[in-house]
Amino acid sequence: MNHHNNSDNNEKNIGLNNEGKLKTFLNKEITNKRMDNRILLDKVGRKLFSLSILFALTVLAILFYRIGAQSIGWLDLQFLTSNLSIFPEKAGIYGVIIGSFLLMAVVIPVTLILGISTAIYLEEYANKGRFQSFINVNISNLAGVPSVIFGLLGLTVFGRLLNLGSSILAGGLTLSLLVLPIVVVAGQEAIRAVPGFLRDGAYAMGATKWTTVRTVVLPSALPGILTGSILAISRAIGETAPLVVLGIPALILRVPHSIMSDFTALPIQIYYWTLDTVLTPEYANLAAATIVVLLVLLFLLNSVAIVIRNKYQRRY
Amino acid sequence: MLNEKNNNHQNNVVYDVKNLNLWYGDVRALKDIKLTIRENQVTAIIGPSGCGKSTFIKTLNRMVDNIPSVRTSGEVLYYGTNIFSNGIRVEELRTSVGMVFQKPNPFPKSIYENVVYGPKIHGIKDKKELFEITERSLRSASLWEEVKDRLHANAYGLSGGQQQRLCIARSLAIQPEVLLMDEPTSALDPIATTKIEELINELKKYYTIVIVTHNMQQAARISDITSFFLNGEVIETDETQKIFTNPNDKKTEDYITGKFG
Repeated sequence: MNHHNNSDNNEKNIGLNNEGKLKTFLNKEITNKRMDNRILLDKVGRKLFSLSILFALTVLAILFYRIGAQSIGWLDLQFLTSNLSIFPEKAGIYGVIIGSFLLMAVVIPVTLILGISTAIYLEEYANKGRFQSFINVNISNLAGVPSVIFGLLGLTVFGRLLNLGSSILAGGLTLSLLVLPIVVVAGQEAIRAVPGFLRDGAYAMGATKWTTVRTVVLPSALPGILTGSILAISRAIGETAPLVVLGIPALILRVPHSIMSDFTALPIQIYYWTLDTVLTPEYANLAAATIVVLLVLLFLLNSVAIVIRNKYQRRY
Repeated sequence: MLNEKNNNHQNNVVYDVKNLNLWYGDVRALKDIKLTIRENQVTAIIGPSGCGKSTFIKTLNRMVDNIPSVRTSGEVLYYGTNIFSNGIRVEELRTSVGMVFQKPNPFPKSIYENVVYGPKIHGIKDKKELFEITERSLRSASLWEEVKDRLHANAYGLSGGQQQRLCIARSLAIQPEVLLMDEPTSALDPIATTKIEELINELKKYYTIVIVTHNMQQAARISDITSFFLNGEVIETDETQKIFTNPNDKKTEDYITGKFG
């Protein structure tokens, strides 16, 4: 194979050998060796990637084992039905659960109404242009802002300025702001995924924009919107930092009765009990039991999201 | 305003298009279109891909409004009223001018819900009346016999041809004056196509039909008037018989004899 031979320049261009046949570029022996290497690499890759997931699963298993073991003997009916106490044996999280539920009673309507409306406006009404993409980028940025900063915002605006203190309303509004971007982004994606020909069908019947959104776009986008919303809500249930910043008291002996009451919520209680473990070791067990309750709640919510997604998946 | 037909208007003219121009951004897609569309006739618009025929038909019910960066000039008189003038409500225009699309686009709802969609959004609530509308519309679209036992089944269970006839029934349910059809059979098989063509023949007794097609045989079979579009211009409009046997323009002849397109 003389590549410097000028006389076979023409043949070289179309890859012919001296006999006028196509040159064989692939050497069987070398190719096979390379293939062996690639197959080996593939096997190593498979092992490596499965190890990564094993790592995640191991961490999860240890977590479950630890909190499971610590909560045994503590997580019982008495724990769920009695109120907080400084004595570990008498303490229960009834008021805490009520606090978390009332908190969600604020977060769910506020985030759904504001989030879905914002998504509808941005996708259906706003003029597609620089302003809209500027807003979009900033909503995505908001989703990445640390939750403690939202806590400070809540403290300033809801706690101080609107004088809501550390009430359920103040906490709920703060958490709503925190998870709003998630709902907006999920809503926008779901609305964008509704095919244009369905909208055209409605417009061609003389439907207004709002009628089209209400009767065609939202029903088709609902599964996506709901899935995103439930994930956002389960994030809100588990958030601690913004509530700590709001100044939720460490020990509330009265069960909250309205959204203006002072309160404590599941993640907060876990945080305070863990803090005080140094003084009262049994608090660790109480925290573990509370974690189990919180995790069960989160798994339930996520399952609902999955069921909704599977049930209403549409094909066009 | 639209519903008061201008009785002085002569010769049953439904649409009188005068020097219509349309731009997508800087691209001029329609150039000085002049065309008259008459009552109870089938007007076919033919031409190669990209000649502006779809754009034109979407202008007649102002569906082009939904496309960003579209500008128009000139007049489209619908029963004597310019559809671009300020007093015109586009929802009212589209109630009077129905449209069937290239790809069947029923809503992901039941057959019944699809047909009553229009009547419902225009305020009809009475169950009995809605059911009567459903039967009448489905019969008009020759679909009633095939679906009368499964009105509450999802529309996406129907075949492509049935879905397209359902879309026609959906348009007919609000009793339009005009039916615009944008290549309604291009996604259908020959048998389903024949059914739609037979249907168009029936419907023209009661409706004015404008159909875009790039199937010339189809235009020849079903239309009374044919208009040939090329590069955004109307080359020739005449009786279908005349266009396909003895066109005036050389370009029309070249197109229908298959020299380009």
